[in-house]
Amino acid sequence: MKYTGNVIKYGDNVDTDVIIPARYLNTSDHKELAAHCMEDLDKTFVARVKQGDIITAGLNFGCGSSREHAPIAIKASGVSLVIAKSFARIFYRNAINIGLAIVECPAAAEEISEGDTVEADLDNGIIRNITTGREYRTAPFPEFVQKIIENGGLMESIVNGAF
Amino acid sequence: MAMTMTQKILAAHSGRESVSAGELILADLDLVLGNDITSPVAIKEFAKLGRDSVFDRNKITMVMDHFAPNKDIKAAEQCKMCRDFCAEKDITHFYDVGEMGIEHALLPEKGLVTAGNVVIGADSHTCTYGALGAFSTGVGSTDMACGMATGKAWFKVPSAIKIELTGSLRRYVSGKDVILHLIGKIGVDGALYRSMEFTGEGLASLTMADRLCIANMAIEAGAKNGIFQVDDITLGYIREHGGAEPVIYKADEDADYDEVINIDLSQTEPTVAFPHLPENARTFGEIGDIRIDQVVIGSCTNGRLEDLISAAEIMKGRKAAKNVRVIVIPATQQIYLDAMEMGLLRTFIEFGAVVSTPTCGPCLGGYMGILAAGERALTTTNRNFVGRMGHPESEVYLASPATAAASAITGRITSPWEVMEI
Repeated sequence: MKYTGNVIKYGDNVDTDVIIPARYLNTSDHKELAAHCMEDLDKTFVARVKQGDIITAGLNFGCGSSREHAPIAIKASGVSLVIAKSFARIFYRNAINIGLAIVECPAAAEEISEGDTVEADLDNGIIRNITTGREYRTAPFPEFVQKIIENGGLMESIVNGAF
Repeated sequence: MAMTMTQKILAAHSGRESVSAGELILADLDLVLGNDITSPVAIKEFAKLGRDSVFDRNKITMVMDHFAPNKDIKAAEQCKMCRDFCAEKDITHFYDVGEMGIEHALLPEKGLVTAGNVVIGADSHTCTYGALGAFSTGVGSTDMACGMATGKAWFKVPSAIKIELTGSLRRYVSGKDVILHLIGKIGVDGALYRSMEFTGEGLASLTMADRLCIANMAIEAGAKNGIFQVDDITLGYIREHGGAEPVIYKADEDADYDEVINIDLSQTEPTVAFPHLPENARTFGEIGDIRIDQVVIGSCTNGRLEDLISAAEIMKGRKAAKNVRVIVIPATQQIYLDAMEMGLLRTFIEFGAVVSTPTCGPCLGGYMGILAAGERALTTTNRNFVGRMGHPESEVYLASPATAAASAITGRITSPWEVMEI
């Protein structure tokens, strides 16, 4: 899978309460959730995010609640990939299960700047910063997880007989 | 191969002699949980499969606790969706208004979890049941849907941190102070992807309420699960609540731990986590004069009877400070009833508090106690992220029920030791 987009950069411990505040959890409509994505951290996000954009972040991205509304809101807002130094574990599996591309790469997350254009080839584990020319290597997903991603999500994997 | 307690439970549930950290396994589930926020998403995912029935109608539970009793029309629609699904699939353990309580207080009370179980819940605080010696972890709605359909979930086998407890707690110090201290020590990602296994002679002095509170906040250190060695206190609790026959797994003597952390309970002090992360733990020498507008005593962390008793003991015969709004939320109907019969509700009301029906409401900024810009709350809940309890410019401080009661009296963050003159 290949992704290209401009980077929106955040810091450590971006929690699910700022990704999608609980006051909006009385709906599971993807568009409605996307309309409030990142609202309590960055009021400009919704206005400036463009289809295909890439989020980079620090440690423990997505910590806190199990709300799948968080990766759903990010995906529905047009973000194609999240690169972080590390992810909170529930967010990590939720993203895989719903088909939001994510990858852990501390060096890339540290060095890539806001506004840079980045290209990521996750099959071959390469992240390239087109703006600076720097390249980073990432570990490929375990085969089991790759299968879920190839099927387009966990439920699709079950439909396709993977379970 | 030597295994931790968590690894033994996961091996037994995946038909394996042994498992080791990092392996991906498919485990059989004993219980799948959802609430009124996460279940609607799971129900939509489940529909994609086109299946008529769930894997086992007795092993799924839905609890209407977050925005229930319905806070608005949208919340009402979400609860209705859960109610209709459970009726259609004939789900045994559906808990609606009147029977419901806060899920992580309710399930142990109803005997739905026992030692040795594997439980997933579409709620991050599902790790609470580790206090009963179960492997129990929070997942998302799609995992819940998969669990409802297949009775299975995928896991990466975690490595573990051992928490060795010694000594016993001093007066007005509780499990909440222990877990805030621990998170303060290791940070909000200090146990990321790993188990926290609690053991040691200090266990004997911890009540089930203390243990449930500690396991509940394992997620606030990023842990996959928090689990307690099973002892007579665990077994007594399971028996008393009519739980299924416990299966006791004990970590091997030579099991491999990433880290061992020693906590002397007798040195633990009343502790407060400052905004905006649970790791910002401070004890009273370093707190200063912090005025508060609201106190909340309740939640899946601290809404149990022992918590209410602890708060009432400090509140009895005293009054809430002027301009401090005090909200007490018994976590289940049974706790509410017990509190009524023990006279605790009278103590709370005479103190100047309001007593609410069970709900998660204010903890996640849903309803029943939302903060305005610039306001501060001292609360017994589990998260103090930006905007957690209302306006993004409000502040949340986390503490024990005893500290919450003491602070409600003075109107500033106050140690129970100060009010009770210890």
